[in-house]
Amino acid sequence: MATSLAPHRPGSPAAPPRGGRTGTADARRARLRRRIADNALAYAFMAAGILCFAVFSWYPLVRGVILSFQQDNLINDPQWVGLTNYRHLFADPLFWTAWKNTAEFTGLALVLGYAVPFVIAVLLNELRHFKGFFRIAVYLPVMLPPIVSVMLWQFFYDPGDGLFNTALRGAHLPTSQWIQSPHTAMISLVLVSTWANMGGATLMYLAALQSIPGELFEAAELDGAGIWARLRYVTLPQMRFIMLVLLLLQIIATMQVFIEPFQLTGFTDPSTITVMTLIYRYAFAVNNDFGLAASMSVLLFVVLGVFAALYLRLTREQD
Amino acid sequence: MTAPSSASAPAATSTATRSLISDQELARPRYRAVYFTVLTVTVVLFTAAFLFPLYWMASSALETPREFAAQTPTLLPKSVHLTAYKDAWSQMDIAHFFLNTVWYAAGGWLIQISVDVCAAYALSKLRPAFGKAIFAGMLASLMLPAAALLVPAYLTVSDLPLVHLNLLNTPWALWLPGAANAFNIYVLRRFFDQIPGELLDAAAIDGASRLQTLLRVVLPLSRPVLAVISIFAVVGMWKDFLWPLLVLQDPDKQTLSVALHRLSTSTTQVPPTEMIAGLSIAAVPMIVLFLFFQRHILGGLSAGALKG
Repeated sequence: MATSLAPHRPGSPAAPPRGGRTGTADARRARLRRRIADNALAYAFMAAGILCFAVFSWYPLVRGVILSFQQDNLINDPQWVGLTNYRHLFADPLFWTAWKNTAEFTGLALVLGYAVPFVIAVLLNELRHFKGFFRIAVYLPVMLPPIVSVMLWQFFYDPGDGLFNTALRGAHLPTSQWIQSPHTAMISLVLVSTWANMGGATLMYLAALQSIPGELFEAAELDGAGIWARLRYVTLPQMRFIMLVLLLLQIIATMQVFIEPFQLTGFTDPSTITVMTLIYRYAFAVNNDFGLAASMSVLLFVVLGVFAALYLRLTREQD
Repeated sequence: MTAPSSASAPAATSTATRSLISDQELARPRYRAVYFTVLTVTVVLFTAAFLFPLYWMASSALETPREFAAQTPTLLPKSVHLTAYKDAWSQMDIAHFFLNTVWYAAGGWLIQISVDVCAAYALSKLRPAFGKAIFAGMLASLMLPAAALLVPAYLTVSDLPLVHLNLLNTPWALWLPGAANAFNIYVLRRFFDQIPGELLDAAAIDGASRLQTLLRVVLPLSRPVLAVISIFAVVGMWKDFLWPLLVLQDPDKQTLSVALHRLSTSTTQVPPTEMIAGLSIAAVPMIVLFLFFQRHILGGLSAGALKG
């Protein structure tokens, strides 16, 4: 198009007598120059972003894997130690306890935190009054800084005159030691965590419920399906996808649990130590053994990677 | 009757918005009684479960330490004492940590928005070579659990590669990693993709540079998505705990969340009413933000859920 309009560089030789071809060559050169200039501009816009991702996301990923084969305490230069870190991990009884506890937390959080938001969302979707109130109330705890929720519940859990035991005593029911007994500590952590986080899942279910076409319920009702049958044969199949997505996301999130055990029971109590609190303990609290912490992180990464891959496959299929 | 045009059918409820139970069913006397019972129970349970703990937090801090410690708890404080709030604010130095957090959140918001808007604009409208690969690399970081990067990211911040700067105990330790936000770039890019190219071409013909086009054409059109991203950025930084706990170990530099944790485990006993006052103060900005922007927050949430 712009062949004859392409500007000649000041120093370029005069056009040879073969007409048309130089025009296209010039145009090609000009186009190339423009593309380089456009790319340079684009990369100037992206430079800060790329740099942040490179330094704080891509590089640490590689460094984490390397670190897991090194001994590093920030004082001496890191040294290659092969699989020593992993061997130390497997020999540490706390390592197995932490995985067992994390699995227990994730499992209990699924029983409570997975079923409850779904049931609540189905219920809220049928209520015609106070819709705004219900949505705001269930999401309020999600807005609180996690440390506020956890410390608030720490007061409620006080075995002496905490809110829960006071209420139980008032109702003449047996009280509990809550976080102070190894038998009830884990379920207490799950309770806070569920209270603080269930709002998000509830509202996502609610949005998905509202996108179910009303005609499906209408048709089922005309066919004589009662409320339970409609729930079973219309609602549940329509919600299958979002339920699977949230299941995977919840597993990924709860396996990284940190603040609840960290604040309520500390990172030494074997009845509630989790993978994340053990990583913290290795690196920052007791040993300053960054290599050991990194090898634990790599293992956590691999386990979570399985769930992340499942999640990716699931959402890709849907697209 | 079976005609799908529900709009023309007078009085009949539109089938498009009905849920599991239809309005006609609910109108039956037996169902009506059940409905209002369930409604009442739900209102009571929601109030007890989600509002009462917050009320307890705000009101306990108004009691005197003696009333708080009494065997029989009082639902309404016998008399209102603001001393716990005042002491928390000044003696516990909550004011200082509050301002720290405001400063970290404001700076972090500005950096996150500028870096991510520029990157998303280039990826969407300037379409550079390898743009797709870079975008994929950024999205991949969404799949990286934050937990797995904790230790190497801490070491990186304590000694930046090549330049050997130590960012620990500086705001940059929160701001720069925060700018690497793939969610922001994903949402912004998708929004920018929908802005017609003709609009940008028109601006270019009028002599606007790429930067001017971004500032004068793209950004004003993107106000809704910028609002959602800004709210999530500020909320995210206010709530963050583990990362600030690691990179801001100097008590003077800490965020409100980290300082509250430190005070709760310190050897000098803080009166419980003061501690609870501190919790309330940390919660208030988030609750206010939520009540003001609930539509953005709840809307952004469900949009994210449906589109994955």
